[in-house]
Amino acid sequence: MADSKIDLLQGTLDLMVLQTLAAMGSLHGYGIARRIEQVSGEEILLNQGTIYASLVRLQERGWISGEWGTSENNRKAKFYSITKKGRKQLAEDAVYWQRLSGVMRRVLAMQGEGGDE
Amino acid sequence: MIGWLRQLLNRLRSSFPSTSQDRELDAEMASHLELAVEENTKSGMSREEARRQALIKFGGVEQARAKQHEARGFPGLDILWLDLRYTFRAMRRDPVFTCVAILILTLGIGANVAVFSVVNTIMLRPLPFYEPQQLVWIAGSKGVGGRSAQTYSSDAYKDFIVQNHVFESVTAYFAFSTDDNLLLMGNGELRPITGIMVAQNFFETLGVKPIIGRLFTADECKHNAAPVILLGYGFWKQHFAADPNIVGRAVRMSDQSMTVIGVLPENFDFGSVFEPGSKVDVYGPAILDDMEEWGNGLSLIGRLKPGVNISQAQSEADLLFPHLHFDLKHPNWGGNYSAKLTILKEYVSGKLRRSLIVLWCAVGMILLIVCVNLSNLMLARAAARSKEFAMRSALGAGRGRLVRQLLTESLVLSGTGAIFGLVLAFLITSYLAHQGSIALPLLNSVKVDGTALAWTLFITVATAVIFGLAPGVKMSRNNLQDALKDGGQGMSEGKKHERLRSILVVSELALACVLLVGAGLLLHSFLRVLDVDLGFEPARTAAIKADLPYNNNGDQRGAIARDMLQRIKAIPGIEAAGTSDNLPLGMNRNWSLGTHDKDYIQAHLPPTFVYVVTPGYLNAMGIRLIEGRDISWQDAAGNQAVVIINQKAAKFLWPGEGPIGRTAQVASKDATVIGVVADVRESSAETESGWQMYLPRTQFGPVGTQLVVRTSLPPEVLASSVMSVLRSINPEQPAVEFRTIQGIVDHSTSPRRFFVYLVGIFAVLGLVLASLGIYGVISYSVTRQTQEIGIRMALGATVSNVQFRVIAKTLRLALIGIALGAAASFAMAQAIASLLFAVHSNDPPTFTGTILLLTCVAVLAGYLPARRASRIDPMIALRNN
Repeated sequence: MADSKIDLLQGTLDLMVLQTLAAMGSLHGYGIARRIEQVSGEEILLNQGTIYASLVRLQERGWISGEWGTSENNRKAKFYSITKKGRKQLAEDAVYWQRLSGVMRRVLAMQGEGGDE
Repeated sequence: MIGWLRQLLNRLRSSFPSTSQDRELDAEMASHLELAVEENTKSGMSREEARRQALIKFGGVEQARAKQHEARGFPGLDILWLDLRYTFRAMRRDPVFTCVAILILTLGIGANVAVFSVVNTIMLRPLPFYEPQQLVWIAGSKGVGGRSAQTYSSDAYKDFIVQNHVFESVTAYFAFSTDDNLLLMGNGELRPITGIMVAQNFFETLGVKPIIGRLFTADECKHNAAPVILLGYGFWKQHFAADPNIVGRAVRMSDQSMTVIGVLPENFDFGSVFEPGSKVDVYGPAILDDMEEWGNGLSLIGRLKPGVNISQAQSEADLLFPHLHFDLKHPNWGGNYSAKLTILKEYVSGKLRRSLIVLWCAVGMILLIVCVNLSNLMLARAAARSKEFAMRSALGAGRGRLVRQLLTESLVLSGTGAIFGLVLAFLITSYLAHQGSIALPLLNSVKVDGTALAWTLFITVATAVIFGLAPGVKMSRNNLQDALKDGGQGMSEGKKHERLRSILVVSELALACVLLVGAGLLLHSFLRVLDVDLGFEPARTAAIKADLPYNNNGDQRGAIARDMLQRIKAIPGIEAAGTSDNLPLGMNRNWSLGTHDKDYIQAHLPPTFVYVVTPGYLNAMGIRLIEGRDISWQDAAGNQAVVIINQKAAKFLWPGEGPIGRTAQVASKDATVIGVVADVRESSAETESGWQMYLPRTQFGPVGTQLVVRTSLPPEVLASSVMSVLRSINPEQPAVEFRTIQGIVDHSTSPRRFFVYLVGIFAVLGLVLASLGIYGVISYSVTRQTQEIGIRMALGATVSNVQFRVIAKTLRLALIGIALGAAASFAMAQAIASLLFAVHSNDPPTFTGTILLLTCVAVLAGYLPARRASRIDPMIALRNN
């Protein structure tokens, strides 16, 4: 079934990470990856390792911050949380994506009608 | 492509200790996998399976690492390392370019560091004394005239110490000590050494502390005190093998036993500061009480009180000096003193400032030419590498990245050049430091020091930026597609490259032109200096310092000299001989010369240089007698005193009146003028003669004896027979050597020679670099146009036709460069006008010569590629495409 999973578009992973952190508060890398998988209903193809490139990128931009802590089952892990700057960015990106997906839906809908004629 | 990247990253990582970011990522990924394994086992998987699933989900640890690496960007060090490795590879690939570039840089940077060290030592660095900016040189007679005019009597010195309010201390040294004035006895051999007498507080005033022992006490400077000496460091090392127990030892010198009380530090070199070109071995206390009858002879140095500036000190000196006594026993002998105060540093090196700046500029221009030349070479290489760079930018290297790569390359080149250059500079400076014969102050302490190292670093980076940036920017601006398309055969991009290179060559030639004109003007001046009528004939003349027993009785003094001269003249090969106490261009002294015939204020007459001579001296020295007669042995002590004066004095005192037979006043004694001689350049070859007079040894007291001989043989051949005559008169005659008069003249012109040689070498270097530059550009354009030339020849162009085109192109570039350079040279010549001697700053021979020389060199540089062009075989050239 792996073949039918959706490839991530450039930049979408960053947005997902931001949204996940905004919704869940502080999370470690594995937690973020699992959460995204669960929310997407296991529909996207995510090499969990790629999350770390995204995390370091977001950190360098100052949108998230990370520090080492202990998980509920007593494991050391690095926990990330979204920053104020990150929330602002998330708001902007969310608007953009919603507009884009709205446009996409309408465009695709139009194509469907044309095909019926 | 991705694989290549990963490989590269792996290689990079392995060549580096992992950074803290890498370690953190590893820890994070490990915890990630553990969390995943834990969750999987909870859902019922076996431990094995849980781990496998976790790894699958993770999707490759290495890739994650690489991606994260990429996302966070290269750290600076990584890039530098990458660039460096790449640079070394590129340098190895093109060894000729690398060697030429490093050689040029070595010469450029080495010359710059060496000259900087000289400039730094003489001009920039403070004198090696305590708070040297407070030290003031106090010169009599407003700083003009010979030594006795610029020095003071011991009574005047003592008066001034008491009366002044501006100096913390005033010290003095006896300025009339000659080289080799003492005789070191012991070990069987008599050795002449140089000693100087200094005031008790001399070293304290300068702030020089002995490395062992102590300085003079007040008691040691009193009449009849037991003689003591301080040793100079070099003398202590050479003669006493740096014996640490030397203090307290008695040394026999000139028939006196002297006790060594201390050794002065290595960095104290009296000669290099106060008497450039001579070396002082020992220092004795000046016994002021014994010097009252000696007249002027003390050079004064003062240390200003804190907060007093030199103009305050000068105004006080202007008030005090006219009232100082020449001799307290004869209060009516007015001292007529005045004083000109100069900061000591200014006195020592002020005169050289302009020459040094010129030298500095010249060597700076060399570095500029080196930069331009390298820019040119880099551009030529850049053209060959444009495809490589296009490929790199196609693969994603940004412009900054490419410029950075090129800058790294130029930095590595200039850094390597700097290392070799430092070695070169070190060799040059240690050579210069051992040139005792160059009469430049402080030259023997020239070395490559910390400041010079900082300067090296600065010019290295500056050089790299200058020659690396232009090609870098040019290169990174390359249009990608053009570059990939440009076959390197005379297409548009190639042409643009060539235009930039032509501009560089033109500026190189202009710089070389300025250097050559400057060197030419200085060389022409130097030749003029060598051509100056010195008033005597240095060729075939030599002098030796004879140690004749001193006798207060003039007739006996004369008899000893006469006897010696007769025996000397009997030696085969000696044509003429005579003695004088001082020689031209050496030590001198001034007395007053005047006449009762006219109404002069004595103080308004210039001080007159005095030479106490025997008959035959004028002849041996080649000083022309204009009218009258030479001194004779008949001018005995009891007879009428006589004097020979020079033309300059004669013209002033008896203009058109015939001075022979007139009565002159020589230091308040009447003497009959018996002859007039030509003016002699007594201070330096470049300084106009002052008033001079020659007095008989029988009638006036000499300050020493220089035996001058004119000979048809080399002086070395005569040395032993002359020495045996001198020894037969005085068994203690020290073993001194003949000095040729030419050698004395050379010593006097040595500073100018030094500058001319250096600037000349730089000009030649500039010329070579510029001709290399023009050759490179023309040769390169011939290579690019091989096909075009092939077609022309196939269409019937003759060999001379092809050659003419290439040479014409060369000449066009050369003439533009020369025209610009000549214009700049006019401005430069104005700036150095004060350094020229008897040469106008627009000296036509120099300008014409330079222009011709540069044109010829350019034609030659163009001829070689032209010949190559004309030998192109059209068939091969066309087939090559």
